Amino acid sequence: MKDLNSMSKNPINAAGRAANNFSFFIWDIVSLFFQVLHWLFIGPFKGKAAKRDGIFEQMVFVGVRSIIIVSFISLFIGIVLAMQSAYQLEQMGAVIFVTGLVAVSVTRELGPVMTALVVAGRVGAAITAQLGSMKVTEQIESLETMALNPVRFLVVPRFLALLIMLPALTVIADLSGIFGGFIIGTLNLNIDPHLYLDLTKEFLEWKDIYTGLLKSAVFGVIICIIGCYNGLNTKGGAEGVGKATTESVVTSFVLIILADAILTAIFYFAKV
Amino acid sequence: MFKKAKVDSEPVIEVRNLVKNFGGRRVLNGVNLKIYKGEVMVIMGGSGCGKSTLLRHIIGILKPDSGQVLIEGKDINSLKARELDKIRLKIGMLFQSGGLLDYMTIKENIALPLTEHTNLDKNVIDIIVNLKLSMVNMRGMGHLLPSEISGGMKKRAGLARAIAHDPSYVFYDEPTAGLDPVVAGVIDKMILDFSKKLSVTSVVVTHEMQSVFRIASRIAMLHMGEIVEVGTPRQIKASKSKLVQQFITGSPDGPISFSQLGDDYLTELTKK
Ligand SMILES: Nc1ncnc2c1ncn2[C@@H]1O[C@H](COP(=O)(O)OP(=O)(O)O)[C@@H](O)[C@H]1O
Ligand SMILES: [Mg+2]
Repeated sequence: MKDLNSMSKNPINAAGRAANNFSFFIWDIVSLFFQVLHWLFIGPFKGKAAKRDGIFEQMVFVGVRSIIIVSFISLFIGIVLAMQSAYQLEQMGAVIFVTGLVAVSVTRELGPVMTALVVAGRVGAAITAQLGSMKVTEQIESLETMALNPVRFLVVPRFLALLIMLPALTVIADLSGIFGGFIIGTLNLNIDPHLYLDLTKEFLEWKDIYTGLLKSAVFGVIICIIGCYNGLNTKGGAEGVGKATTESVVTSFVLIILADAILTAIFYFAKV
Repeated sequence: MFKKAKVDSEPVIEVRNLVKNFGGRRVLNGVNLKIYKGEVMVIMGGSGCGKSTLLRHIIGILKPDSGQVLIEGKDINSLKARELDKIRLKIGMLFQSGGLLDYMTIKENIALPLTEHTNLDKNVIDIIVNLKLSMVNMRGMGHLLPSEISGGMKKRAGLARAIAHDPSYVFYDEPTAGLDPVVAGVIDKMILDFSKKLSVTSVVVTHEMQSVFRIASRIAMLHMGEIVEVGTPRQIKASKSKLVQQFITGSPDGPISFSQLGDDYLTELTKK
């Protein structure tokens, strides 16, 4: 017993154990993701289709209830972005480029990321809280006892809902972000409204939009898998549910930013 | 009023040398138990002695560190997922907290095993659900959510779901704990009814002595992770084991000790 105690105080051992836990965590996350894929693509051929009822409710929950906050935030991101860039571009007499700058930054970067962060905070947390309280009240076990797979039953509908709704919300965020820029551009910078829209179309390319949407789909997967993982592995009553929820939001935030950096680098070097 | 169930001669469930540790702490220490067809086996023991853990092993939602669980002669831990599911379809379980899915109504909860595992017509399922609801005296309450009913009703609804698919084995985790004596009596009577009318084999975990002697065909006493005595109610009542006698009478003095004096206790107290 004494040996164990002194071992835990050894920093190298502690670091080793942390690294070990971390690799278990990664393994669990990846295996949960593959289980979802299994139920989506292989399950149906074995006569066990993914659960489809509940997807609609989940989509409403993920999507519709987030529209207002997502558009509100993106609108102001667009406004702030326009003002900040105008401040720089005015000195070069290039105020007109505000149009393209806002449109491209919002669609490629800020729209997808801000939407994902909002949804991680709202929906990711709620998913963990729901599944976590189901776990601590033996509901997950009761599913297993009835020979119903919790991943197929609870994770897959949320996965599909996020995969569809996060890009959809991102489109809304893109539009309101551009509209924010439009407000500053036309009212404050005196750019003609028609010219503003024409220039936006000119600067904006399809790839700006679809790389952004691709990012948001990846973020959706992250939010779902992290949220469900933390929920399904909740321990220790109501207090445990609170802990898991915080954990879930923090982990999602970090992974979203990390994935954003990786994807941006890939798009940048592949010149997409 | 409480007529006992008849006991058959062939064992249908067998637990062999079951050992389970949680984080270095041994909870089950070589449990051996045979359960025969048609009997009501009551497992009694103090809180936290591993009763729920033992049940979870028997239904295969926990994996033992060593030892076996045989159901109808098959080691459930060496079965493929599909075969395990087949066995689980013969099992119904009433969880300690009911285990009803909180986002479904009582009716949907009870219908779940049927809608998921049978091709029965919706109308037929409706009839079966109403039948089971009236078996547990809950007619007309199917439209409520689990959060809208009392603890005793949750247990009864959980009971209805446990028997919805006409299982051969029903497991009850503390079915009467926390209920008033009359409701507890009603539930005990239901357990006996099911075991006779539906001719199921029942395993009941409880530490309510009144319940134990009302329903048991045989009693097993679990203590410190081991089965210390098995016998009919009469044998158990006449047991010479001080442990068993103390548990039956609820006396604070005896081999089941709550004082922890000794070296361990001193080191624990002085530990920084
Ligand atoms: N999943 C788990 N992880 C760690 N410890 C557990 C777990 N489940 C149960 N335990 C511990 O095992 C012991 C037995 O628990 P349990 O089987 O629930 O007892 P009871 O006889 O009251 O049903 C308790 O001390 C409990 O803290
Ligand atoms: Mg228990």
